[in-house]
Amino acid sequence: MDSKRIKLTGPGIPVRGNDIDTDRIIPARFLKTITFDGLGEHAFEDDRLGDKAAGKVHPFDNPAYADARILIVNKNFGCGSSREHAPQAIARFGKGIVAILGESFAEIFYGNCQSLGVPCPTLDAASIEELMSLVEADPKLELTVDLEKQEVKAGSRTFSFSMPDGPKRAFIEGTWDPTFELLSAKEQIQKTAASLPYMNGFTTAP
Amino acid sequence: MGKSLYEKVFERHAVRKLPSGQYQLFMGLHLIHEVTSPQAFSMLDDRKLSVLYPDRTFATVDHIIPTTSQLRPYADSTAEQMMAFLEKNTKKHGIRLFSPEKQEQGIVHVVGPERGLTQPGMTICCGDSHTSTHGAFGALAFGIGTSQVRDVLATQTLTMDKLKVRRIEVNGKLGPGVYAKDVILYIIQKLGVQGGVGYAYEYAGDVIRNMTMEERMTVCNMSIEGGARCGYVEPDQVTFDYLKGREYAPKGEAFERAVADWASLASDPDAHYDDVVRFDAADIEPVVTWGITPGQSTGVSGEIPKAEDFREDERQTVLEAYKYMSFSPGQKIKGTKIDVAFIGSCTNGRLSDIAEVVRLLEGKNLHVKEGVRAFVVPGSHEVKRQALALGYDKVLTNAGFEFREPGCSMCLAMNPDKLKGRELSASTSNRNFKGRQGSPDGRTLLMSPAMVAAAAIRGEVADAREVFGQA
Repeated sequence: MDSKRIKLTGPGIPVRGNDIDTDRIIPARFLKTITFDGLGEHAFEDDRLGDKAAGKVHPFDNPAYADARILIVNKNFGCGSSREHAPQAIARFGKGIVAILGESFAEIFYGNCQSLGVPCPTLDAASIEELMSLVEADPKLELTVDLEKQEVKAGSRTFSFSMPDGPKRAFIEGTWDPTFELLSAKEQIQKTAASLPYMNGFTTAP
Repeated sequence: MGKSLYEKVFERHAVRKLPSGQYQLFMGLHLIHEVTSPQAFSMLDDRKLSVLYPDRTFATVDHIIPTTSQLRPYADSTAEQMMAFLEKNTKKHGIRLFSPEKQEQGIVHVVGPERGLTQPGMTICCGDSHTSTHGAFGALAFGIGTSQVRDVLATQTLTMDKLKVRRIEVNGKLGPGVYAKDVILYIIQKLGVQGGVGYAYEYAGDVIRNMTMEERMTVCNMSIEGGARCGYVEPDQVTFDYLKGREYAPKGEAFERAVADWASLASDPDAHYDDVVRFDAADIEPVVTWGITPGQSTGVSGEIPKAEDFREDERQTVLEAYKYMSFSPGQKIKGTKIDVAFIGSCTNGRLSDIAEVVRLLEGKNLHVKEGVRAFVVPGSHEVKRQALALGYDKVLTNAGFEFREPGCSMCLAMNPDKLKGRELSASTSNRNFKGRQGSPDGRTLLMSPAMVAAAAIRGEVADAREVFGQA
């Protein structure tokens, strides 16, 4: 897949609730692995089991959302553990989640998503509520997340979103995987390192 | 306008401003462990890259290691595979591994400080959200994901945005039986679990100033539970005294030069803060969480709060918590029956945590309540060695606590230590999330080591000041 993330489209899947932590997104027992393969089917595993036991159906078990590409969440999504296994599991669910729309995200989770090329635009509570309701009423409804225009289209409705300039530019230009960009400054890295007091026996005051 | 420690340390480590507007930041210390590094090493191999600063990278094993027998191979074959992978990768890239066989291993956030790796003015990262612990030394320390572990291995740098800084002052004097753990749980209760998003927390005030390094680590450890990716304390004489003589700390004249440099990193008196909040120590009593986020807590004399007492957007989580925990609003937290008592973790698994429990138990002929599983897991082999030398293990085992081998253990239950079914645990760890302690419907009450010990003795949540007679 081209590394540029400009327009992302597909049906949505809402997961309601604030403060959904990464232990809930992928319980720790699934971290016992040396790859990220196969995590997708375990996304939200314990929440799904809990819903089943209570006679409810978690969205990730609802066949109506089987084709979903865009996850919609509420506040402080992805708080807690830094485990990248959480966004890796979400990105590997079903046909693959390519963007997450939310009221707000925990910081480490947000950064992990950026490293994976999964944009996380933030929208106000009313827009998220309307988007969730639209998708619940019509799970086939195609959503379009447009990073250049900073808006989400859902049928006849358009919602604007925010995203800091840094991540936005990285997605649009396809530079969200930064390893080689960072390494291209090797000389500057070494120069900075050499100037640090703890790297030179505290002989230089920077 | 002066600068905060955050700004001073950030500026020293900024390699350059990237075209995106974010900064490329040099990492002075990279700590790795078996859970979040394997995929990073695989990605490195795929890209034919090597580790740029292997001598700034240190590894330990903590999450998956059993706390009963640590003999190899581990009974859990996946755990064994992860350990073997870490050994292979560290050997291949020339990275120092604190090994279990040589009894060097421990929780990454316990080992770094005790070896003197963690120093003021450093940038420190690790694929673990509790890396904020190291901020206790006046370092900028934060958790990262596995792709970022790859980037730090390959470049020793990260892409970062500058954070805002909130100064949190706790002034006055803590009452007897009120600990660092209560201070941070109280701060999170007041500022919320999302309150710190976008901020670095600078902890200050008499209470923080009067804390030992281990207490400051407990406070900084849980910054992430308040949403702040990093939290720090300005370095002072307490910091310098702690570091002096440790394995990786500067020696001789270099140490004197280091102290001068470290002291200069304290925030300037006229530093700019994006926010300042102040708390009074007298308002803090022993804290117990009752819900499914670390912000859902009450003083030990308090009750489960009513949903109406919360902001409207918090009420859904509150209702979810009542249901999951089987609590009703208005119910007293004291007297809640417990099944398991866990003392350990990167929050409260240090020598002083164990020492305080031993001090409270010693000579009182108290015993863990029948039916309660109680265990103490030291944060590292070094902590274990010191505890044994002081005879702490005997006091604990005589009182009915098991004294285990070091590791993360039941903080996140990636090893065999797990809750069963709906068991309720009194725990010194840092997260009371649903299913956190290894059973999908297991329940956790977070509290200080003294409070967990009191709960173990009584078999229910109790005020440690009453149980141990220090009221």
